[in-house]
Amino acid sequence: MVSKQLGTNETLTSFPDQSGHFGPYGGRFVSETLMAALDELTLAYDGLKTDSAFLAELGSDLEHYVGRASPLYLAQRLTDHAGGAKIWLKREDLNHTGAHKINNCIGQALLARHMGKPRIIAETGAGQHGVASATVAARFGLKCTVYMGSEDIQRQSLNVYRMKLLGAEVVPVTSGSRTLKDALNEAMRDWVTNVDDTHYIIGTVAGPHPYPMIVRDLQSVIGREARAQFARQHGGLPDAVMACVGGGSNAMGIFYPFLEDETVRLIGVEAAGDGIMTGRHAAPLTDGIVGVLHGNRTYLMQDQAGLISETHSVSAGLDYPGVGPEHAWLKDIERAEYVAVTDEEALGAFRQLNLLEGILPALESSHALAHAVEFAGTLRKDQNIIVNLSGRGDKDIPTMAKIDGISIG
Amino acid sequence: MGRLTSTIDAVQASAQKSLVAYIVAGDPHPDQTVDLMHALVAEGVDIIELGVPFTDPEAEGPVIQLAHERALVHQVTLTSVLAMVSTFRLEDAKTPVVLMGYLNPIEAMGYEAFAEQASLSGVDGLITVNLPPEEAGPLAIALQDKKIDPIYLLAPTTTDARAAAVCQASRGFVYYVSLKGTTGSGGLDIKAVCERVAHLKAQTTLPLFVGFGIKDGATAAPIAAVADGVVVGSAIVTLMGENQASPQALKLEVSELVRDIRTALNASNA
Repeated sequence: MVSKQLGTNETLTSFPDQSGHFGPYGGRFVSETLMAALDELTLAYDGLKTDSAFLAELGSDLEHYVGRASPLYLAQRLTDHAGGAKIWLKREDLNHTGAHKINNCIGQALLARHMGKPRIIAETGAGQHGVASATVAARFGLKCTVYMGSEDIQRQSLNVYRMKLLGAEVVPVTSGSRTLKDALNEAMRDWVTNVDDTHYIIGTVAGPHPYPMIVRDLQSVIGREARAQFARQHGGLPDAVMACVGGGSNAMGIFYPFLEDETVRLIGVEAAGDGIMTGRHAAPLTDGIVGVLHGNRTYLMQDQAGLISETHSVSAGLDYPGVGPEHAWLKDIERAEYVAVTDEEALGAFRQLNLLEGILPALESSHALAHAVEFAGTLRKDQNIIVNLSGRGDKDIPTMAKIDGISIG
Repeated sequence: MGRLTSTIDAVQASAQKSLVAYIVAGDPHPDQTVDLMHALVAEGVDIIELGVPFTDPEAEGPVIQLAHERALVHQVTLTSVLAMVSTFRLEDAKTPVVLMGYLNPIEAMGYEAFAEQASLSGVDGLITVNLPPEEAGPLAIALQDKKIDPIYLLAPTTTDARAAAVCQASRGFVYYVSLKGTTGSGGLDIKAVCERVAHLKAQTTLPLFVGFGIKDGATAAPIAAVADGVVVGSAIVTLMGENQASPQALKLEVSELVRDIRTALNASNA
């Protein structure tokens, strides 16, 4: 079905095309000043992605510094509770720094070093990508500046302090809605100004080409491991793979190695916030319009005049009006499905995983868990779902305590 | 020949340099925009560049970001910007108007619908900050059908090969962004800009205008000595921010700034 929509020399994994497009999505929509830097990055990455020394260096750091491979864990009590398919958790929460973000940052820091750039910058929402960037900067002796919306700085004070301990400069962004999208704008402005000595580590599979491709490639270690681990621990292929989608890097990372396994359903879970019907959400694939923002064409939360809407989600990491262009394309060609889960459902799943499995999930990942439990109940007991547990929830404890009316610290 | 090219030709025929003034439509209030456009023309501005407010103006520095936010408070959309141009045209059929903005509002309107309505409103050119020529094909066709000039940017980082392609795609003029940085950045190295401009001018027959970092007569004159025109943006927009409370004072201050720059340009070309 899907293969009919592909050209003769195209496969599901052969995208993006030469100019960075996934079907009609992606591309390179940036100001002229950045075009040369994107060309330089594309060239550097093309040279390194098959370079055995680079790959060995990356592989060694993923193993010894990040702590890969992350386990694939059968969540038996959660499975019993859901009453259907077996739920397996890909434990990205156990990585160094507590989320999948580090996979990308290690790779891009190595890229920066190969390009001779002594300074990195990053944007961050929940702070996980900022922490991962600050971490690799310390690890490789690079200077690091992280842009973060002032609203998010309030919500994620723990991670802000952590970045400072790691030696990074955290710059509050007070323009626009003061969240992740504004931090991205500000990071682009920094990059335009300091492009000679600075590499911009975009944290998700969005932005101008080649970023969606680079971040996907670096994150697809998640899916490669999960596919092999499942074959070894259970045999065969899972029936579904599930992940939360904000910008979509953890989802692309786990989906990509399964793209050509057409029996495996790929399900992305967006943030429905207060509910899709309320308009207060962050689910562009579920309820958005195609447009251009932050360097790529994709589904966006926007109004009729093409102005970008403010988004809402209890999880700062999903609170973003766009989504990676490859997800937009996978949705259109129906290779992946996208659903949305409300704040309330995600909070329920957060509590449930603590009680049933003794695992504290990130609020972002809790969106995928909420849908997984519901979905598992509709499947047979001999079926299997892998859920990407993309991060741990330590950073969310202040948010949860506030919701519960408990004063801590 | 369009209004943009004939205006630039006429300025060049009189051995002068073009002065382009940038304001954000609807800043500080939509009621003031058309009046300010006429005031700019009265002080010797040749071309008006009208910023289309956007929620995420990623290439702008703090001064112009705030201008976008001030305009958005009043719900200024692409449609209302086109209405302002129509109103301006009731009294001025001569001065070219170039819109400058980001792609998404144009995508939302639709390329053909935008080109049609912009043409009817009296828009002459379009600068889309986040649309390099590589991605511009379908929009360029829609604009060409309605005789609207697409204007592309050159940057200090643009290679010679890319510069050739950018000039090839541009109509009316080419806009050289003189700084690596956002709008309103400081510290223009005038000598380096002049060298680069001379180099680029040898590669195209299109007029070359320079923007970013030009804030008064003293910065405008030496640049205009080598370029065909200069764009003044953040310096004017700064005055918008400072004089929000008084439309009268705002008009006086903007007029004075533009008059000084015009005088400096004319003097250096005398």
